[in-house]
Amino acid sequence: MPQETELAVRTIGISKEFFGQSVLEDVDFDLRWGEIHALLGENGAGKSTLCSILAGLYHPTRGEMMLAGAPYSPHSPHAALEAGVGMVYQHFRLVEQMTVAENILLGNPDVPVRMTASGLADRAREVMDRHGLWIEPTRYVADLAVGEKQQAEIIRLLNRGVKVLILDEPTAVLTPREAEALFATLRNLADQGQGVILVTHKLREVQQSADTVTVLRSGKKVAHQGVEDTTTHDLARLMIGEDLAPGSGVDASHTTGDKLLELHSVSVVSDAATRPELDDVSLTVRAGQIVGVAGVSGNGQRELAEVITGLRTTTSGTIRLRGEDISSQTIGSRINKGMGFVPEDRLTRGLVLGLEIEDNVLLRSQRDREFSIGPFLRLSVIRQWARRLIDRFDIRGVRRGLPISVLSGGNLQRLILARELSRQPALLVASEPTRGLDVGAAEAVRTTLKTERGRGVGILLFSGDLEEVLGISDEVVVMYEGRIVASRPASEVDVAQVGRWMAGLT
Amino acid sequence: MNDWVLIQSLVVAVSTGTPVVLAGSGAILTQRSGVLDLGVEGTMLIGAVTGFWVTTATGSPFAGLVVAVLAAAVFSMIQGVLAVSLRANQVVVGVALVIFGSGLSSFIGSQGDPPLARRFSGAIFTPVFPESVHDWPAVGPLLLSHDPVVYMSWAFVAVVQWYVFRTRTGMHLRAVGHDPASADAAGLRVSGMRYLHVALGGAAAGAGGGYLTLRLFSDWFDDMTAGMGWIAVILVILASWRSLRLLVAAYAFGAISSLGFTLQLLGWNIPTELLAILPFLVVYLVMVFVSAAERRSQMPAALAEPYFRESR
Repeated sequence: MPQETELAVRTIGISKEFFGQSVLEDVDFDLRWGEIHALLGENGAGKSTLCSILAGLYHPTRGEMMLAGAPYSPHSPHAALEAGVGMVYQHFRLVEQMTVAENILLGNPDVPVRMTASGLADRAREVMDRHGLWIEPTRYVADLAVGEKQQAEIIRLLNRGVKVLILDEPTAVLTPREAEALFATLRNLADQGQGVILVTHKLREVQQSADTVTVLRSGKKVAHQGVEDTTTHDLARLMIGEDLAPGSGVDASHTTGDKLLELHSVSVVSDAATRPELDDVSLTVRAGQIVGVAGVSGNGQRELAEVITGLRTTTSGTIRLRGEDISSQTIGSRINKGMGFVPEDRLTRGLVLGLEIEDNVLLRSQRDREFSIGPFLRLSVIRQWARRLIDRFDIRGVRRGLPISVLSGGNLQRLILARELSRQPALLVASEPTRGLDVGAAEAVRTTLKTERGRGVGILLFSGDLEEVLGISDEVVVMYEGRIVASRPASEVDVAQVGRWMAGLT
Repeated sequence: MNDWVLIQSLVVAVSTGTPVVLAGSGAILTQRSGVLDLGVEGTMLIGAVTGFWVTTATGSPFAGLVVAVLAAAVFSMIQGVLAVSLRANQVVVGVALVIFGSGLSSFIGSQGDPPLARRFSGAIFTPVFPESVHDWPAVGPLLLSHDPVVYMSWAFVAVVQWYVFRTRTGMHLRAVGHDPASADAAGLRVSGMRYLHVALGGAAAGAGGGYLTLRLFSDWFDDMTAGMGWIAVILVILASWRSLRLLVAAYAFGAISSLGFTLQLLGWNIPTELLAILPFLVVYLVMVFVSAAERRSQMPAALAEPYFRESR
């Protein structure tokens, strides 16, 4: 057992219940000074809850905590911060409408009562110099890239004298390069003696960046060990509680059919002064084929998904669905002609979180004969149908009378897929269908996509996860600055080659 | 002659606009904290009736104004408790407060012997500077002929502008109004800030109401605000939560409201019903263009949204 003073944080038997439902059970957790400690677990394993307790946002139902050997029970995030524990949330705690300097110095008691914008900026510069980090202090947070916002958030916490830094899924929103920069920053902080807790469900990140790992499963601690003493496979087994299904690989045993979706020289120009969002894009998706679109986020993928589904209009070019020109058709008529869409921001565009599951599965089908008689809905039919989808797609956590906002991210994603696939679309446009999901849930989504391909559905898959694109696609298309720079069968390319295309090299 | 008309109508614009300037600047503080105070009209009525009561009893308009401010601040705590602590729908709370304030002020006004409604106030605010300087060209009537409350309202507008943009607490106020979760995470006391600024907004609305009875009308009658509180709320939004713009908007509003008076002086004849809607149209158009030209919206992003830390 280590000496108390070596420990930055120790929790003893921490439990937390929400509305009578146990989320954390009897968790002991130790963090040493100067280490990066990964907190690993599937969605809903209790990682975020444990961190929220450490950061003073929630109060434990039972259990004790120690900080640097002294009893620690923060009654608010403010108290935690005063004690030296700060958290970088998935949703940054930055005020978008204010500047970087204002955000960094927000709540800082050293800021003079009377201040000017330039005085604030100078002070923020000082803080950044001290920690070797840099974001232009006069910029508004709303204008920053995600990685920059995260850096600003870290600077803000360091400035408040934080000694224990907690990061909740910090790489979920970052590009690979930004993630590397983040890990370098964290290593630097750990070397300065900070304790760093890294919440993640990505095994690779644990191996890549952490010293120690604690694994949570269903609210309980199942392991605590040095990263060097373990393997990715062990961690996966601990996290999920069973062995992963064997690797996916390309399934060659299916045949592709007729052309479903054809784009000819599609361009989108919203502002003549800047480069076009989409520049002369042509591609084809056949029945029974997955076409994977790779590219660094912001190179036209979103726009491409939007013109195909009708959320955005084309400036020039044609889009054909089963031979019919749909370029100027409404979203509704594209849906009726057999297009399904899993949007990227599933919480805002894919689902109505305040409604129950019956209402959500009915979206897009609300006018179908099966579910309505004239203006009246056939509620019992809808309810049965919802129950069938829940069973077939293994959607967990649904409760009668409660809105779907109580579901976890993985279950929400399964719900969208269930709804789109239940309409038996000919073509499915799926944007980032596995983003934010843990290993098990992501694999289930990929299996579903492959099953649908086997049934002859054509799938256009947008994903920032390169291994996913290469793993399940038949055809890989790479986007760079709004253009398609490469289009090859997935079996003929490797990660390194696609990575170079994504970076705009040839 | 026309110069005299112009100057006189500007002077009238200032006194007509002053209650709106006071209530609106206060509402800027409240709304900047993320609380939408639609109850301004009701709070002003409370200020008007309590101020008048105390002034008729003590003979001191200053005592009346102080009580109007305090009573209105206390009254606005209803909004504080319901909207901040109990997280009620702020639109409903605000509208209910207008009705409640109207009823309560009428009730207070019907009490006493003789009832307030039949009392006359001998004591009202009088100009600060001696009569002789009022006749100085231009600056006399425009700047030197006013009562103390007008000068206080100017100071208040300047202080609000400075406070919001140039002080630490003002920065905290903006953070709480834009993003209470981030402000909370930064260690700011969201509920405390909201209560404080609801109270300040209430106090300022009380001063605006008090000005009606202690200067503008020199009398008290039922529902005497006649929509001024609503106008204050509208102008706050149109002035994009900046008190200096609000001052200009309120005076423009006052000027156009008193246009009938001006036009009569000039001998024109326009239906008064038409003139009554003119201020809204003009202020709307001007401010819509001004705020459309603004690069970054000043609207508190969390306006009218209750904050609950453990919401998931």
